[in-house]
Formats: sequence, C-alpha cells, structure tokens
Amino acid sequence: MAGHTETKVTLHGCDIHVMRGGSGAPLVYLHGSGGGGLWLPWMEDLARQFSVIVPEHPGFGHSDTPEWLDGIHDVALFYLEFLAAENLTGVHLMGGSLGGWIAAEIAMLDASRLKTLTLIGPAGINVPGVHKPDMFLWPADELARQLFHDKAMGDEAAKRAIDPAGADVRMKNIYTVARLAWHPRFYDPLLMKWLKRVKLPTLVVWGREDRILPVATAQGFAERLPQAEIEIVPDCGHLPQIEKKDIFVERVTRFIAGSGR
Amino acid sequence: MKFFFFHLMPYAYLDPDYDKTYVTDWLLYPNSNYDPQKGAELYNRYLDEIEYADALGFDGVCVNEHHQTAYGLMPTPGVLAGALSRRTKTVKIAVLGRALPLLNNPLTVAEEYAILDNITRGRLIAGFVRGIGVEYHASGVNPTESHDRFHEAHDLILRAWTQPGPFPFEGKYYQFDYVNVWPRPYQQPHPPVWIPSQGSSETIRWASAKERRYVYLQTFSPVTALFRYMDMYREEARKSGYEASPDQLGWSITTYVAKTDEQALQEAKPHIEFFVNKFLRMPMEMLLPPGYLSLSSMKGVMAAKASLGRQRTMEELIEQGQFICGSPETVRRRLSEYQDRAGFNLVLPNLHFGTLPADLTRRNTELFAREVMPALRDRLPAGGREKARA
Repeated sequence: MAGHTETKVTLHGCDIHVMRGGSGAPLVYLHGSGGGGLWLPWMEDLARQFSVIVPEHPGFGHSDTPEWLDGIHDVALFYLEFLAAENLTGVHLMGGSLGGWIAAEIAMLDASRLKTLTLIGPAGINVPGVHKPDMFLWPADELARQLFHDKAMGDEAAKRAIDPAGADVRMKNIYTVARLAWHPRFYDPLLMKWLKRVKLPTLVVWGREDRILPVATAQGFAERLPQAEIEIVPDCGHLPQIEKKDIFVERVTRFIAGSGR
Repeated sequence: MKFFFFHLMPYAYLDPDYDKTYVTDWLLYPNSNYDPQKGAELYNRYLDEIEYADALGFDGVCVNEHHQTAYGLMPTPGVLAGALSRRTKTVKIAVLGRALPLLNNPLTVAEEYAILDNITRGRLIAGFVRGIGVEYHASGVNPTESHDRFHEAHDLILRAWTQPGPFPFEGKYYQFDYVNVWPRPYQQPHPPVWIPSQGSSETIRWASAKERRYVYLQTFSPVTALFRYMDMYREEARKSGYEASPDQLGWSITTYVAKTDEQALQEAKPHIEFFVNKFLRMPMEMLLPPGYLSLSSMKGVMAAKASLGRQRTMEELIEQGQFICGSPETVRRRLSEYQDRAGFNLVLPNLHFGTLPADLTRRNTELFAREVMPALRDRLPAGGREKARA
C-alpha cells in the first residue's frame, strides 16, 4: 500500500485540503456533492500507477469558504490557478458528479495543462426531456440511499448520512452545493454551448441505474464531445468508482493507456 | 394597542385527505385541484371580510404573500391591496409580503407600493420579507443569496423613494443605469416599513438599527419565541443607541372570540387544526433550503421546527400561545398578559384561519372589534416602557 499524505494549499486567500498518494503521471480527482476528504480504495488502486491528487473544493469539508465563491466558474478558475501553482502538466483530470461538472468547465476554459478527461456521472449539462430528481427535496438519508444500486450499500450509506458526527460538514457541503448548483439546477448554459471546445481524449463513465443523474444524460455529452468514449456500467448507481471499483479502475487505466500517456 | 386585521386567504376547499397522496399542499400539490368557480367565490368573500374590518374600526388590514400553494391565494398581494385601496376608507393597508430576493427587478415594488400609497393618500404600510424557504424552490432563486439580495433590493427601493432620480444603481445582484421611479410615494420620505419574520437574529439586528427603526413583526411562533425575539429587538436597539418604542413591535396571532370559552373552543377546533395540520404541512427540506439561514442559525431553527411533521391539537397551540381562543374576557386577558411580557403595541389578529366559514369569521371579527378592541385600545405595555408614539 502506497498510502497518502494530507496537505494544505493556500491560494487567493483560500486554504484547501489536499490528499496526495502514489507516483507517476499526475491524476487529479474532483469530488462530488457529497464532499471529499476521504482517501478511498479506488484512489489507492490508481495510486499504484499515478500521482493521485485529491483536493477538497473551496466551501467543502476541511477547505475554506472564500468570499469570492459565487458559482461554478469560480471553482473552475480556482483549479486552473491550482494546476498552475502546482506546476502540473499532462494532467489526467477526473471528476465525479458535481466534480465532473467542474472538470468539464476547467477543460472548456483552458485545457493546456490537461492530457485526458474522465467524467463519472457528471452534472453540468441539461438534456431536455430527461427528468432529474430534485435532490434538494430529499432528506439526507434518502439521498444517500439513492446513490447506490446495491441495496446493502445504499442502506449503509443512509445510516452514515445521519450520523451526528458528520452533521456540521454535511451542512457546510450542502450549502456550497446550493451555491453552485441551485439554479439552473446542476447545469451551466455556457458549458452546454462551449463544451464542444474540449478536444481532449475523454471518457464518460455512467452507472446504468444512476438515480441521481439519469444515464440518458450521457447522450448530451456524447453529442458535444464527438471523441468521447462512453462507458455504461451495468448494475451500478451514481458512484461507479465505489460500487464497481474494479471495473472502474480497469476501464480508466485502459483509457489512459490508450490515450498515449 | 393598535389592531390590524390579517387575512391569509387559504384555498378553503383543500381536500382534507390530500395528505394521503401528497406530503404537502405547497409546491408539489397539483393546481388542477384549484377550482376557479370556488376560488372566485373565495376571493370575493375574503375581500368582503377585509373590507368589513374597515367598517368595524380596525386600525389596519394586512395582506400576505406566498407562492404555489393552497395555504394562501395571494402570490401578488399588490393586486389585493389595489382592490382594497378604493373600497376601504380609513384603514391602513399593510402588504406583509413582497419577498424582495425573489424579484429580478425590485423597482417594480417601488412602483407598486408608490401607486398604492398615492391612491390611498398615504394609507400604505410597506412590508419587506425574504419569503419562506419554499419560495426559493418555487422561484428558482438561489437561497444562499437570499440575505444579500434582500438587503440590496431594499437599499435600491429606499433610494428610489428618497433620492432624486435619475441615478445609477450598481449592485452585485441588481444594476440599473437609470433609477427614476414615477410616481413618488405619497408619504414622505416614504411609507412606514414593516418587517415580518419568524425570528432570524440577522433580520432583527438589521430592522432595529438606529438608521432604520423598522417595525418588527413576529409571525406564527410560540410565545416563548415571541418574548425572546422582542427582547432581542429592544436589546439590539439599545446597542444601536436608542430605546425601542412598543410601536416598533407587532405580533401576528390567530384569534377566535365567541360568547363563552366553551363555545369558542368548540367552534374553532376543527378549523384551527385544519390550518396547522393541513395547510401548514411541509417537509423540512422545503421550509429550510440550504443557505436560507446562516449556518449558525440553521441548527437552532431546525430544532425549533422539529414539530413540523407532527399532528398538533388546538389545546397545544393555546398552551404555547400560538392561538388565542375564548370569551371576550379571556381574549382581552391573554392579549394584556402577552403585551406586558413582550412589550408590543401592534396586534395583527388572524380572525379567519383554515376552513373557518364566512358566518363564524364575521361574528369573530365583530366580537373582536366590539368587545376586545375598545378595552385595549389605550393600553400600553406595563413596566415603564417608553410611551408609544401617537
């Protein structure tokens, strides 16, 4: 086991918490609405081949909530500053859900430090007629349960979601999610217009039974990213990297290898 | 005390069994359940009830604002205030709404209020609110911007009323090259401002500040909360360098009067319980969307609202001081007692509530006007608080 370290990075008056593990080409992962801050088994797996860097977004968990945080573009531009400050190039950028949205925004704005893009059940665009459930109307435990296709995993997540020990962080996180994604709900009209700018090799991974962001949304990404490979994972909910870890790690590794790392 | 008849205009034909299918009568309850024939009858009946309060000698009448709900049919309260402005002759008309953060152009409220103030020759009271949490679901406005949008919209409206135009306004949420509102308000420098709230400490501090001294209204809350927030207002006023007058504090309280306590309790029970258990039914996620309150306020309010999903009885509501019900003597005594403890001088009785039918509403309003108001009219809070302004 390679293990990981935890550091603090200060940029534009904002301290963020960053986890790092492994060595090799840089792979930056951007977490979803539920928050980050946990070094998960799939990160450990990827750390065998990559230098895995996992920041907690401004406004989440151990990171500060800066005054300037008004919307999704602030986060994307902050991360472009972060990539520059860390002097990272040839980055494999990966994001899940809300983090997938941020990753897509970054790639749209400036892909010069990026090598590949992996989006896991990403938010960010709207496909007319595809109905998204309203997560802001779900109690926390219900939301956590809906993340998984596997019932036992869902029940376990539901239990964790109402553990009083995590209440403060959860509230901080959901406040930031609302700030970024309340309206338009989890998408950006600008990204919908200009995602086509992204010429990077892109992998879009989606759980077939995703009950948070329906798999039909993948079509909207496919239309805008003609070079993208779409991978639909069967018997899987919103978090393939957790629910189908081995399939996910194998697929991502193969994608990056095929993209001439 | 001064008395302001307050109506919420609920859709009284709400199916009592709707909650077997829907979790709430707000936001998600289909408007196919609204029958325009019945609705038209209700609007006209309710406006009659408000106009009657004018004839009976109330100091004022109040209309309200909520959106996409059977709870209240006043999404644009200015329309109702407009209807009342010509039919009433002496009452003040308080618009206890205009949820400013929901607006894309707050100057529409500066205009609307100024028109009402002109038509009534200065009988308008200008309410400004943030709107309750569910309005942020209904409007799409980001609840995390609620406080900031409220303050900015308020500043814009006040400047539009008091500063000669045209002038530019450069805000974060609102930008105008030309602010030059016609008509100007009839009352100078501007109509009185009232701030209804469920008790946000940020709102109380802001409303009480020396440069504003806005009237603060406590809406549907237990008396323990009423006492706490009115004390907080006076304390904040003192910190700001002055002593708050009882005329700066108001209480909105559902009230029912009948000849005897027994009769009042018996008549009111089904209607007040329908109000609280059917009309007010709403999950916490709707009432308190993320960011609507500061992180620090959120936890306290969530705890205070823990009863939200629970069925409540009339007896419980009376016990907690959320409902005053009884003979004229009982109602006078309760109001006096609460006035002494809380120090308010403005009373906003909701004399219609829930499914209360027209005949009982009329009798309730008459008894309140004839047997409660006269005895309390000159009453001030005990304890040597500063005398109310004339």
